Amino acid sequence: MDIKYGISATFNSAKDIYIAAGKVRDKGYNNWECYTPIPIHGLDGQMGYPRSKVPCFTLAGGITGFFTGMLIVWYMNSFDYPLIVGGKPYFSPIFPFPVFYELTILFAAFGTLFGMFFLNRLPRHNHPIFEHKGFGRTGDDRFMIVIEVEDPQFDEQETESFLKDLGGKSVNIIREPID
Amino acid sequence: MATVSEKTEAPAILAKIKPAPWKDAPLVENRRSFHWVTEKICGIVESKTPTWWWWCFITALSIASFTGMGLVYLVSTGVGVWGNNNPVNWGWAIVNFVFWIGIGHAGTLISAILCLLKQKWRTSINRASEAMTVFAVLCAGIFPLFHVGRVWFAWWLFPIPNANAIWPQFRSPLEWDVFAVSTYATVSILFWYMGMIPDLAVIRDRAKETWRKYFYGILSMGWRNANNHWRNFEMAYLLLAGLSTPLVLSVHTIVSFDFAVANLPGWHTTIFPPYFVAGAIFSGFGMVLTLLLPVRAMYGLHDLITQKHIDNICKITLATGSMVGYAYSMEFFIAWYGANPYEGFAFINRAFGNYWWSYWIMVSCNVICPQLFWFKKIRENTPLVWIISIFVNIGMWFERFVIANTTLSRDFLPSSWGYYSPTVVDIFTFFGTFGFFSVLFLLFLRFLPLMPMAEVKSVMPQADPHGGKH
Repeated sequence: MDIKYGISATFNSAKDIYIAAGKVRDKGYNNWECYTPIPIHGLDGQMGYPRSKVPCFTLAGGITGFFTGMLIVWYMNSFDYPLIVGGKPYFSPIFPFPVFYELTILFAAFGTLFGMFFLNRLPRHNHPIFEHKGFGRTGDDRFMIVIEVEDPQFDEQETESFLKDLGGKSVNIIREPID
Repeated sequence: MATVSEKTEAPAILAKIKPAPWKDAPLVENRRSFHWVTEKICGIVESKTPTWWWWCFITALSIASFTGMGLVYLVSTGVGVWGNNNPVNWGWAIVNFVFWIGIGHAGTLISAILCLLKQKWRTSINRASEAMTVFAVLCAGIFPLFHVGRVWFAWWLFPIPNANAIWPQFRSPLEWDVFAVSTYATVSILFWYMGMIPDLAVIRDRAKETWRKYFYGILSMGWRNANNHWRNFEMAYLLLAGLSTPLVLSVHTIVSFDFAVANLPGWHTTIFPPYFVAGAIFSGFGMVLTLLLPVRAMYGLHDLITQKHIDNICKITLATGSMVGYAYSMEFFIAWYGANPYEGFAFINRAFGNYWWSYWIMVSCNVICPQLFWFKKIRENTPLVWIISIFVNIGMWFERFVIANTTLSRDFLPSSWGYYSPTVVDIFTFFGTFGFFSVLFLLFLRFLPLMPMAEVKSVMPQADPHGGKH
């Protein structure tokens, strides 16, 4: 038993998929995706994607890191166990600045990585696209557009011929097996 | 007005001098296809283990055992098995620590700073250099960790509650160093790993054996080359590059604070942070050449690591080497100009005192040697470039030796002067770290993608969606 996931069409060059992606967007499809071996410059705009949200996670991580640094220095050297060293104040935002600085960067980096994972919904090892025979080549030198069945405009014959008109090669239906 | 006259005069001048058409050397030579890059890089991981790899691995492993033996002996006996004494309390431990940490800096410079500066040639060397960073930081960590004496209490350095109810002391540069180095190690690993995800996915999709499918499948997190993934990935990559840039500058700055915050002649100077950072990048690029030239020869990567790459690395080595040379002379000038007799003595003593030989090894390796890179003939002579890179590594080790030891062995009072010589345990432990580093690097070559395939493909002409016309 299996269910249909979408229709795929491959392209041979970055230029071809760049032009084709703009036409798919203009046609008004919503649930579709380009699979490419490299990040193609300007393809986000062609697909109508907004700017990535990763910076929000970075900023949140950075702010958390900075105040975590302040908090531990204040708590440990000034509140819980006040310690006189070299006549310096128990707490000051100046002398332990390297600690705040490093923790800002550390937490911001974790925010960035996990933000990227969260926005990409990774890890996910069972996506239907993995069932497609031609998928492996998209990491190598093929460029592929997949229009999903979920799309309100999806119509098997019409979408198939639309992708063929765009110059897509080996237009295929991707099936997701279910046990 | 200047712009107007330029506009009118420029064509006339151009017609007269007939400038030669300028063509940038391609970053990937011989008009290779995307598929060729994939086959080349994946082939290294997928092919049968070469015999030379096994020989190198076994040699590296036996060298690494020297560190193992040295550390076991130290832990079972005590830190006195090292040559550290009073007044030279730091000895080789700090020298080796700063040496290895410095090496790491070139990797981050290539992956982060050159990324922000849009230096496209970095793509084929950045993965291996980042690997170098991570492994060098691991080697560096060994020395302060075991220098604490009772290594099982080393976790007291971190702000974790312990039975003594005492917290770390945040006014000490050594404590800042704990944060700097552990952050540096962590962020370097994150950056290295994140950049590898798309390449691991390519190897996963090509995998035939089950263990390979699982190994690369789990590591690649289910990456699927979708443009939505690339969009967030590229943004995250850029942000990590932006975060690593201030990080890498801060790490060696804070390492230099270990010295500069102390009130000792020869250490207590404001030139230390920039001087240390330049030196770190210098030594790191030396190590990049030491590692990548053999890798290029063994795997036949001449189309990917071209003469242009070697030229650029040599030129950065030359630039940073000259900065280091400038810093050496400026230290002397300020010691004289500052009119502090102790400072003046410390520097005369460096060059002509009890460790004069180490000073002159340092100067010849770090200041004179890289000047050879001015010449194109020398930059194109790969074996010679490799030999010079070894001298750079030696010179930078001696730099740290000179800084740490000359000052400690001759401080304010002649009654507390001393002399430091390493013991055989010192020598074994340090020698072994080269084996440990090589073991890790060889495993990296064998199991992980040596170059970021997607990034290398991105700088090839085929990657341009406008077919070369903007």
